Amino acid sequence: MRLQPTAEQRQFARSLDAMLTACDTPSAARAWAAGDRAPGRAIWSRVAGAGVFALAVPERYEGAGTLPVELAVAFVELGRHAVPGPLVETVAAAALLTRLAETGDAAAAKRLLPRLASGEDMATLAVTAVGPYAVDPDAADLLLVADPARRDAPARARRGPAPSGDAVLRAAPGHGPLRVSNDPVRGRARPAPGGEVLAEGPQVAGAVAHAVGIAALATAAQSLGVGLALLDRTVAYVRQRTQFGVPVGSFQAVKHRLADTLLALEFARPLLYGAALTGARADIAAAKVTAGEAAYAAARTALQLHGAVGYTEELDLSLWLRKARPLRDAWGTPSWCRAQVLA
Amino acid sequence: MDLDPSPAAEALRAKARAWLAEHVPAAPLPSLETAEGFAAHRAWEARLAADRWSVVSWPERYGGRGADLEQWLVFEEEYWAAGAPGRVSQNGISLLAPTLFEHGTQEQRARTLPPMARGEVVWAQAWSEPEAGSDLASLTSRAVRTDGGWLLRGQKAWSSRAAFADRAFGIFRSDPVTRRPHHGLTYLMFDLRAPGVTVRPVARLDGRPAFAELFLDDVFVPDEDVIGEPGQGWRIAMSTTGDERGLTLRSPGRFLASADRLVRLWRATADPGDTALRDRVADAAIGARAYQLFTWAGAARLAEGSAAGAESSLNKVFWSEYDIALHETALELLGADGESADTEWAEGYVFALAGTVYAGTNEIQRDIIAERLLGLPKGRL
Ligand SMILES: Cc1cc2nc3c(=O)[nH]c(=O)nc-3n(C[C@H](O)[C@H](O)[C@H](O)COP(=O)(O)OP(=O)(O)OC[C@H]3O[C@@H](n4cnc5c(N)ncnc54)[C@H](O)[C@@H]3O)c2cc1C
Repeated sequence: MRLQPTAEQRQFARSLDAMLTACDTPSAARAWAAGDRAPGRAIWSRVAGAGVFALAVPERYEGAGTLPVELAVAFVELGRHAVPGPLVETVAAAALLTRLAETGDAAAAKRLLPRLASGEDMATLAVTAVGPYAVDPDAADLLLVADPARRDAPARARRGPAPSGDAVLRAAPGHGPLRVSNDPVRGRARPAPGGEVLAEGPQVAGAVAHAVGIAALATAAQSLGVGLALLDRTVAYVRQRTQFGVPVGSFQAVKHRLADTLLALEFARPLLYGAALTGARADIAAAKVTAGEAAYAAARTALQLHGAVGYTEELDLSLWLRKARPLRDAWGTPSWCRAQVLA
Repeated sequence: MDLDPSPAAEALRAKARAWLAEHVPAAPLPSLETAEGFAAHRAWEARLAADRWSVVSWPERYGGRGADLEQWLVFEEEYWAAGAPGRVSQNGISLLAPTLFEHGTQEQRARTLPPMARGEVVWAQAWSEPEAGSDLASLTSRAVRTDGGWLLRGQKAWSSRAAFADRAFGIFRSDPVTRRPHHGLTYLMFDLRAPGVTVRPVARLDGRPAFAELFLDDVFVPDEDVIGEPGQGWRIAMSTTGDERGLTLRSPGRFLASADRLVRLWRATADPGDTALRDRVADAAIGARAYQLFTWAGAARLAEGSAAGAESSLNKVFWSEYDIALHETALELLGADGESADTEWAEGYVFALAGTVYAGTNEIQRDIIAERLLGLPKGRL
């Protein structure tokens, strides 16, 4: 029952933090939103170099082994630094291909996983049962799409405790027009139809369900990181901003809102690590809804307590502010997650 | 990181489960806030103690099993999952006992702890006063030096279970001259049946005498009942408030068991189309799990040697607000029966309503979180 990061996990978080601090992630995020992907890709390579994507890939495909706890630790840092790009979708794609390989379909994994682990390829993923869009498909090298199988597909024998239904995994040849998100750093589009079919059958449905779980876990971690960054910045701000002759942070109304923000984030953290350890669907859903709501509440508080300056795009705070709501709803809305908890 | 209980914790779990399965009363005991219920709960404490289950975390020589924090948490999960009765000795076990372990003498421990473990002596906490609640250090009840001891004078308020309890522990002003409110206070134990003590039961919202006022008129306390040095009462009291706010008062096991009951009630009775209610039930399940895991993480930090400190304030705000939300959801699920005062949920609801007030109000806890955990400026403007 040692729900505490090990010395290595702490060290991993610290070194990612130091590396990302040196990267000037806010400028890269702003450039990414403006369509200049070069600084973001440079950070992407460094994130890959730190081994983050390898955490979702088994050693036999040049990864570090599948390590969900370390993945969660890493995504908290990626969220804290507002790193741009389809980070969650890339590890979810890797998890999908890995699970496919484990259940007998190794061709796509062999071909694609090493490039994802090393950071050479950026992937994105749309699971049409969850939502129609893929994040940053224009930036990604690989656009995976999981569709429910055609109704006329021949029924196949079930292997193991597979979820109901079949699915088709394909590499889409392109995508429709980009829609700007509330978070301008997350461009989204519908994948184009067609493209190479990579796998098909009930084992694909199982792998997709697993990938959705990993995506939810990583999103929960990223949300927690976003919430922590918002809290840190807001605490720093209210300590130095004075009104009525004192720092606004000495007003109880302000203090109590920040106390509640910390409370919500600190209770999301153990749910996140607990979910990474068990991998259970209900645990992941609980972590997702809790971290998502905590980060969103942190965003509302940050906006309020920064006064008018919080409502500007110029302040870097806006990078985290605008992430919180989309992340709360991505890969499982709160309502969907709550249903999963009781399923 | 891992979630696996140690082999010792698993062994204790198995033993506790077997014992509880055999001994937990089939029908719930009457409310412990009544004379009849108090007696029944005392008998239950004696039953627990006879097989050394009443204070598992204490050393064996005082009737415990020397359980570490993790073993205790696992024991609590089993205890509440088995539907075992609430603990009438809670004040003593979670507040006075830790104080005696830290600041008491060998003699005080030997004399006080075993009868507490057996439910023979039930303790009340006498800290609050009519004019000293959140600002506890402004208390004015006095301890006046006399031959071989002290004389207590003044009034204490809101003392839980004092209507039926045997003894009390509290802080008193022993140096009325000092200007500093936190100085010159003395921590001591006294008999609720001693000459000079008047106990006036006070009914809580449901009419039951859950607490009492104490009027103290030159109540004699011998020197051997002073805990620690005279004048050091504040420091001694504060060293154990973390216990009150934190885990020992509200173990996750209790909320896990309640959330489990709630989910079962929902499955049995709810309209599946009512997603708003479903979401609240899910939140109750999530909250219990969050509290359990938060506690495990805290236990791991304590095992590493870090002090509990202001983090117990996070704990307190969480469990008290959670408890109310859980019970409100249950009352809603019960529909028309939610109004009836004779259900287990109704009693739990009334009890939960006080959680945000006692053990340091949640406003005070939020001040502590903001100042000590976030480093915001002191001040209560
Ligand atoms: C069920 C129950 C059991 C109890 N059991 C015991 C017991 O066994 N022994 C014992 O000694 N005491 C006990 N208490 C008393 C409890 O500790 C006090 O009620 C508590 O400390 C609050 O004090 P008060 O009631 O005087 O409220 P007050 O201090 O008068 O507070 C009134 C309101 O003002 C708010 N407030 C006060 N100061 C501030 C501030 N600085 N900033 C913001 N808000 C503030 C409070 O949060 C509260 O909402 C019990 C109380 C209850 C309800």
